[in-house]
Amino acid sequence: MEFAAAQWIAEPGLNHFLIVGALLFSLGLMAVLSKKNVIMVLMGVELILNSANINFIAFSRFTELSLEGHMIGLFVVIIAAAEAAVALAIVLNMYNRFKTIHLNDIFSLKG
Amino acid sequence: MEFTTLLFYLFSVVTLGAAAVMVFSKNIVHSAFALMFALIGVAALYVLLYADFMAATQLLVYVGGILILFLFGVMLTSQGTTLDFKTVTVNIVPATLLSLAAAILLILVFLQTEWVISEQPQATDTVRDLGMLLMGDYILPFISVGVLLLIAIIGAILMSTRLTEKQTGGN
Repeated sequence: MEFAAAQWIAEPGLNHFLIVGALLFSLGLMAVLSKKNVIMVLMGVELILNSANINFIAFSRFTELSLEGHMIGLFVVIIAAAEAAVALAIVLNMYNRFKTIHLNDIFSLKG
Repeated sequence: MEFTTLLFYLFSVVTLGAAAVMVFSKNIVHSAFALMFALIGVAALYVLLYADFMAATQLLVYVGGILILFLFGVMLTSQGTTLDFKTVTVNIVPATLLSLAAAILLILVFLQTEWVISEQPQATDTVRDLGMLLMGDYILPFISVGVLLLIAIIGAILMSTRLTEKQTGGN
């Protein structure tokens, strides 16, 4: 039993990368849920997207997914870039209108 | 213990530690720089997974592009003239409980599933193969993503120009 555990630690496999991805996901979720600043929430979303990408590429290294996983990861990165650009434009507009970027203070849809 | 094993643990600790600093830091500029180290650590993990092109893309797009965008966002939306970049943390207890539950559930599921592992040969020509795939099986998503980027650029420009118009129109 001891030997198996030591071997599991010494040889990083699929599960190790998946666990890193899961921890990164939970940290991103924490940032999304607990921050008042819109930009911090967006950073949390980026962390979540990165954790999903780690999972895809780990599967492409260790299973039959092979290069298709890289492909999905590439598209995730492209869409994350588009999302960040549009979201930050929205945040700047919002700051111009409400003079704040705290999520609690922004509750009117039609200003 | 092999060298790659050590590298794996080093870069996982860098990634997760920087992400934790990002989440728990009070200063939003510190958070942005911690996010940079987390993204670089993720790129290093990609290299360990034989995904060299993905690692280069990660460095160029995230560290070179999105992070600069975030820093601009932080600078342009800081309130007043005081250098006050504090972030406020709200409902910390439910958020901690939910993210802990998510982490524990995900790790349990990952450990209990029997993955069908087939050791892939070490990829040597990733960029060439990715290019062949992009121009072959993935030509439709490739073009759609190009249109999506165009729409995103036009949308961002439209929103920011309307912003300045209103400012000058008010004066």
